[in-house]
Amino acid sequence: MTATTMVRPRSRLRLPFSPWHLVLVPAAVVLLFPFAWLLLTSLETSSEALHFPPLLTPHVLKLSNYPAAWNSAPFGRFFINSAVVAVTTVLSNLVLCSLAGYAFARLRFLGRGLLFATIMATLMVPFQVTMIPQFIITKWLGVHVLAGVGINHIGALILPNAATAFGVFFLRQFFRTLPLEYEESARVDGASRLKVLWHIVLPLSAPALATLAALTFIDSWNSFLWPLIAVDSTNQMTLPLGLATFQGAHSTEWPLLMAANMMSLTPMLVIFFVAQRYFVRSVAATGLAGT
Amino acid sequence: MAVSPAVARRRPGRLGPSGPQRSPARRRARAGEQFTGWGFVTPGVAVILLFGAVPIVWSAIMSFQQDNLLTGNTPFVGLRNYRQMVHDPVVASAIGHTLTYTALFVPGTMIVGLFLAVAMNRKIRFISFYRTAAYATMAISTISEALVFIWLFDPSYGIVNYALHLVGIPQQQFLNSPTEALFVIVIMTIWGWTGFAVVIYLAALQGVPAGLIEAAAIDGAGPWRTFRKVTLPLLSPASLFLAVWLTINALQLFDEVYLSTQGGPLHATTVLVYYLYYEAFQTFQFGYASAIAYFLFVIIIVVTVIQFRVGRRFTYYRS
Repeated sequence: MTATTMVRPRSRLRLPFSPWHLVLVPAAVVLLFPFAWLLLTSLETSSEALHFPPLLTPHVLKLSNYPAAWNSAPFGRFFINSAVVAVTTVLSNLVLCSLAGYAFARLRFLGRGLLFATIMATLMVPFQVTMIPQFIITKWLGVHVLAGVGINHIGALILPNAATAFGVFFLRQFFRTLPLEYEESARVDGASRLKVLWHIVLPLSAPALATLAALTFIDSWNSFLWPLIAVDSTNQMTLPLGLATFQGAHSTEWPLLMAANMMSLTPMLVIFFVAQRYFVRSVAATGLAGT
Repeated sequence: MAVSPAVARRRPGRLGPSGPQRSPARRRARAGEQFTGWGFVTPGVAVILLFGAVPIVWSAIMSFQQDNLLTGNTPFVGLRNYRQMVHDPVVASAIGHTLTYTALFVPGTMIVGLFLAVAMNRKIRFISFYRTAAYATMAISTISEALVFIWLFDPSYGIVNYALHLVGIPQQQFLNSPTEALFVIVIMTIWGWTGFAVVIYLAALQGVPAGLIEAAAIDGAGPWRTFRKVTLPLLSPASLFLAVWLTINALQLFDEVYLSTQGGPLHATTVLVYYLYYEAFQTFQFGYASAIAYFLFVIIIVVTVIQFRVGRRFTYYRS
């Protein structure tokens, strides 16, 4: 490269900002538009929503759509159900997958290889293959064993996901990367396996546990097909199922529907923004692990 | 597989000396480890076996039965469910819709994700705002997403038809049209998965060494050539992962179809999982639905294997 090309006077128009903004501003508009339109419609009257051409600015902000939606279906109940199901599922996955993952990573016991291979095989099978027997088993358990905690009870949304093959596999892989030395010296000092797991292994595994928690939470919170099959009384529904049912009953009342939708997605949106770093890192981790 | 005895005997997780001269204390420790091992795995494994492994076998058996929840009779009928499936015109069209959807959704999401990730992989002002705008689509459930898009694409009052009207395109029926409904579902699901694709590609882009890009520039490659010849090959593992992951999810499309079209109009959006759900939980033909489920499983395996085979040829691993 010669000196003349390097000092060549810039004939092109220089923007006072990076040209990438010219791409990113329209992209952000397209990405955010559904949210904006959702919010706008939720504040309109029915006649404004059904106006053509669509009104870009409502005449009055009709906030009363929100209490109206809140009162025409038990959204508070849906929210509590979703939260109970998601939090319980996350906690039980952390406990059960840690225990099993640690045993598969460090302990030697009869049948370990066979059990682990069986668990890995279930990872490959799509949910649709297992959902019918899962429905029958859950129903049977509710009738004969668990006194009502079966079909049509939120327990049915927790129990089948209380431990997952992915969680066991994921934590086992992580535990195997930890150095053995700390564990060995604790064992020599007479600590039990449970103590070693609790005091040494788990504190070293905080990033993996956070990733598993974030992924399990998103999965549970957004789950739809299994709740659709397993639950049909309104007071046992989670948010996605409750919202879908609400849509079935009010299919043309757009401001009411959008107010309900806004209420349903806001909690997760807030959690997401607060913990964005964690969620993003967790999703990226699955990608990097997969590559 | 032939494994030499020496390799077979070397087991991980064993501490201290081994072999025939083990002390009684050590043997007791071993017995204790059996006990602890089983104690640790039992609760988790019981759940996974009961709700994961047992159903796999059970639904395989069911696919050879005339299983009907309403009558309670479950006679074995051999391959009848599978024969019925082969001759079922709805299954044939459902396969077509599922594959069409997948063929549009997967490349669409990857292209959008790659483009946005490349644009967002730089330190400019408001970059965290732009990134958050993409990530926000990850926080929204499939049901919320479908509900917004049904409204955006409403044939009579939707904003999309109005935008088309402004540029002189006549009113479209969208989700009410047998020819357009599937494409609307493609658009809404691409929007919903954009955040995921951006996260994966941004993470991969951040692993591209700046030195390689600079070296290409010094060698005289323009930005486009550098992207094609340096960046894209380095992203290929992420691309393969996304292709496989998105395909598995696309073949299992259900939520958006259930909420927006219920498989209609005129079966135009009946994808395999929707039909399987319909047969299982609307008409309670568990046996027939199990056969369809296994067929779906086979499709997923075949497509995934093909992707890995083909993908491996184009995938560049640095390590």
